[in-house]
Amino acid sequence: MSDLQSQDYVRRSATTMTPPMARSHEDQVAKLIDVSRCIGCKACQSACMEWNDLRPEIGHFEGSYENPMDLGPSVWTLMKFNEYENEQGNLEWLIRKDGCMHCEDPGCLKACPAPGAIVQYANGIVDFISDKCIGCGYCVKGCPFDIPRISKTDHKAYKCTLCSDRVTVGLEPACVKACPTGAIMFGSKTDMTHWAGERIEDLKSRGFENAGLYDPPEVQGTHVMYVLHHADRPSLYSGLPDEPRISPVVQAWKGILKPLAVIGIAAAALAGFFHWVTVGPNEVQDEDEAEADRAMREVEEEEKSP
Amino acid sequence: MTRPKRAFTRYTTLNRVNHWINAGLFILLVLSGLSFFHPILFFLSGLFGGGQWARAAHPWFGVGLVISWIGMFIQFWRTNLFNRDDIAWSKAIVQVATNDDEHVPPIGRNNSGQKAVFWAMTLLIPTLFVTGLLIWEVYFGQATSIPVQRVAVLIHSLAALGAILVWVAHVYAAIWIRDSVRSMTQGYVTPGWAWHHHRKWFYQLASGQRAKTDPRKNP
Ligand code: HEM
Ligand code: SF4
Ligand code: SF4
Repeated sequence: MSDLQSQDYVRRSATTMTPPMARSHEDQVAKLIDVSRCIGCKACQSACMEWNDLRPEIGHFEGSYENPMDLGPSVWTLMKFNEYENEQGNLEWLIRKDGCMHCEDPGCLKACPAPGAIVQYANGIVDFISDKCIGCGYCVKGCPFDIPRISKTDHKAYKCTLCSDRVTVGLEPACVKACPTGAIMFGSKTDMTHWAGERIEDLKSRGFENAGLYDPPEVQGTHVMYVLHHADRPSLYSGLPDEPRISPVVQAWKGILKPLAVIGIAAAALAGFFHWVTVGPNEVQDEDEAEADRAMREVEEEEKSP
Repeated sequence: MTRPKRAFTRYTTLNRVNHWINAGLFILLVLSGLSFFHPILFFLSGLFGGGQWARAAHPWFGVGLVISWIGMFIQFWRTNLFNRDDIAWSKAIVQVATNDDEHVPPIGRNNSGQKAVFWAMTLLIPTLFVTGLLIWEVYFGQATSIPVQRVAVLIHSLAALGAILVWVAHVYAAIWIRDSVRSMTQGYVTPGWAWHHHRKWFYQLASGQRAKTDPRKNP
């Protein structure tokens, strides 16, 4: 998306100045994935490949419905399947569409060292501007959802763009368009939250008393949300984090340490400089040379006369 | 090289070549590493041909530095062992810092500050190497878990900060103590320099008793 002037940035990686944001008055968007309506057909996965022109390598059957087995530089969304035996001893087939959550407070962006390689638009979408990416893999460490993948071919990070190219021109993401059951919805975050509320009520009335919305407050909410029948245990859904927070290690690394370190190094260099102009250089004097010659003569004489 | 006849050799040719390879790699590592460290320093990546190049080159400079440091370690560890003289010398650190050398106790070939720089680097360079490998995306991105890499990158940046501060002190000391740079470029010092800064080493050289180099036994 870097070819288009967007001028609606609310966040820009490795940037200490305000990014261009004059046009940032749009609504916050969200994609709502209703897990309870998903039939696992993978139409969304195919639509993502088609719209984004992605061609992951054809792998092997690994004894699972998951195919391929993991997200990748050309696999931006992936259906994950979990067979869960509930308290009544019944099998529940929990299927989740995995991909970037478009966090309101994105850990990837916080970690990225390359100015402008990760941006967040006012509508909430977090986008990788591959042109500026240096391939360091810091976003991988910053993300609480294990999403970004670095290509071994071009050393760039890739993940779901929430079809930022489609959304800017008023279209819904490709996966939303392809879903045959309406399990994936797209719209303003307020509308989606409202709609999720209705779905959750319906699920509750059908016996899923723990049904709820996954919009984790630890990352200030996400722009991809799930309706879960077991919202009390998100990790049932192939390891969706129960409390996804930017790791405190990442916070420590990217927080206070950086400015303090830069100031510390500059202060050390300045301390040296001012020591030089106050105390000054420590020079060897002619007297030192004379003393040294005298001492050498003495040693020599001593050695001659034992 | 116009070397005075009475000069003492402080660093051999091998010492010097190794040291400057080490210094060159260290500077390249500091410049490329700092470019990822803080946004206001990202421009430093331009020195290496851009961010992608800096990212790709930095770990290789690091591999070079570790090899070079092994050479440094083999050549210098013995002269950097701490001994009793270091206690007295360290206590006079204020006199050292204010050029009040009359009141600084005599010391051998290296003083406690020089030894501290050596041992700090001996600790920090391997730390940087190990943590650096763990966060080397191209080859080791899948070798360890993401939580391990998070800790590794934090330790790497802390160790880098430590190494840079030690290095600033080391470079400044070389500027401050006049003619010590020449000892590392041309290899020699004058007897007066040795007398002034490292008196016990001076006596070892003067008496030509290199075999009995235990500084405690020398006056
Ligand atoms: C000894 C072997 C070393 C290795 C293998 C190594 C490797 C790495 C790697 C892989 C990175 C991530 C960026 C990239 O992929 O290029 C990195 C970052 C960095 N390195 Fe090194 N490095 C080494 C030594 C050093 C030294 C000696 C310094 C400076 C004293 C240094 C300073 C830094 C800094 C400041 C960063 C950025 C850390 C941050 O973003 O907070 N490194 N290093
Ligand atoms: S899920 Fe990960 S990659 Fe996506 S916005 Fe959040 S932190 Fe970034
Ligand atoms: S790999 Fe690219 S996007 Fe990820 S942190 Fe590094 S520069 Fe930023």
